[in-house]
Amino acid sequence: MGFKEYCFKKSLWVFHFGGASCNNCDIEILDCLTPRHDLERFGILLAGSIRHADVLLVNGSINKRDKERLIELYNQAPKPILVVAIGACGCTGGIFAEGNVFAGPVDKIIPVDAYIPGCPPKPEAIIAGIVKLVQNS
Amino acid sequence: MAVNLFYFLVFPGFLFAAVTGAFLSWFDRKITARVQFRKGPPLLQPFYDFFKLLLVKETILPKQGSPLIFLLAPVLSVFGATMAGVFILLPLFNITTGFKGDLLVIFYLLTIPSFSYIIGSLASGNPLAAVGGSREMKLIISYELTFLLLIAGIIMKCGQKFDLYSVIQTQQAGSPFIGSISGVLLFIVGIFCIQAKLGLVPFDIAEAETEINEGVFIEYSGSAYALIKLTKYIMLFILPSFLIALLMNGFRLNGINILWAVLKVLVVVLVLTLIRNTNPRIKIKQAIKFFIVWMNLLAIIAIVLISFGN
Repeated sequence: MGFKEYCFKKSLWVFHFGGASCNNCDIEILDCLTPRHDLERFGILLAGSIRHADVLLVNGSINKRDKERLIELYNQAPKPILVVAIGACGCTGGIFAEGNVFAGPVDKIIPVDAYIPGCPPKPEAIIAGIVKLVQNS
Repeated sequence: MAVNLFYFLVFPGFLFAAVTGAFLSWFDRKITARVQFRKGPPLLQPFYDFFKLLLVKETILPKQGSPLIFLLAPVLSVFGATMAGVFILLPLFNITTGFKGDLLVIFYLLTIPSFSYIIGSLASGNPLAAVGGSREMKLIISYELTFLLLIAGIIMKCGQKFDLYSVIQTQQAGSPFIGSISGVLLFIVGIFCIQAKLGLVPFDIAEAETEINEGVFIEYSGSAYALIKLTKYIMLFILPSFLIALLMNGFRLNGINILWAVLKVLVVVLVLTLIRNTNPRIKIKQAIKFFIVWMNLLAIIAIVLISFGN
């Protein structure tokens, strides 16, 4: 593992995109950043702007309006960017998969590097997913 | 010539200030974590952040706006911070520059980073960056007069000497300026000015993360943002050092005094961090009022006390 990859893995800044979510996944993501779970131990920070982000967290079902915004956000992000689909809706569509405004799960729109299933996934599951992402990328 | 380049690039200048500032930035984040009952980032975290931004990430140029000025602004801010750092740190390490009047030059050089943030944000063509730029401009207008009054108070206190080396020598021959009532008032004023110059929390109006998505830095990515981070590291070291040179006796570099020098820097950064962690962000109107009315009042009271010999 080279120096560049090592620095990248030690300092992942995340940007949070919530689709048409029921907000449970949003709350669990925020829970990871609170003092109890403290993701800053691993150098993970919440970035305010997509231009600073290394990881794009996507949760919620992606409907037709969200799709355009998600593609635009992905194109605005500086590469390399890792995409993580969080929750049942982000991974497969969940209970919204049959809906008439549903525009496909995240991996049909942009390439996804990791899936974290659950409705909502626990903060421990999100941390485990990020760890696997860092080890395998 | 070679000595000057060494001063500028390696020892008190660029490299030393950047590395020390990065460790101070880790200290700041670790204290923040401890205040919030967290564990905090590892020691080398600022270096990981910097090298990731510099080497790995792509730099995106704005489509609207001016790409050249957008890229030149971070370079200019690193240059301004380094020049100010050289002028501040040379007298602190007892190397005389032989330049009378460097206090005013330092005052102007310290504003270059803020100005280049404004230029860069306005060149990016992003509306949120424009909001951040205009807020940064208002913040500069409010704190610069206060900062100038602080320097005027110091100049009066050491008997009309305009260079930092004489200020430090006067204090080391007598007692540190902070040991008097006017010195304490000037220290309070100085701490708040530094807080605003660094853009730490009560005065981070220009780069409000949750409100205008990092404001002035919203369009920066990759190596351009790495240079801005570098400027922030350098400023986090040189501004507390400047306050120490003005009020707290400077550094003495023999025996146990080296430990005192390190402790002084850490204490000033600790005060800044604690202010940052115990206050919410204020509005730009409140910030202007705070500096124009209250901090100027404190500085003027200090100057009146100095002229009566306190």
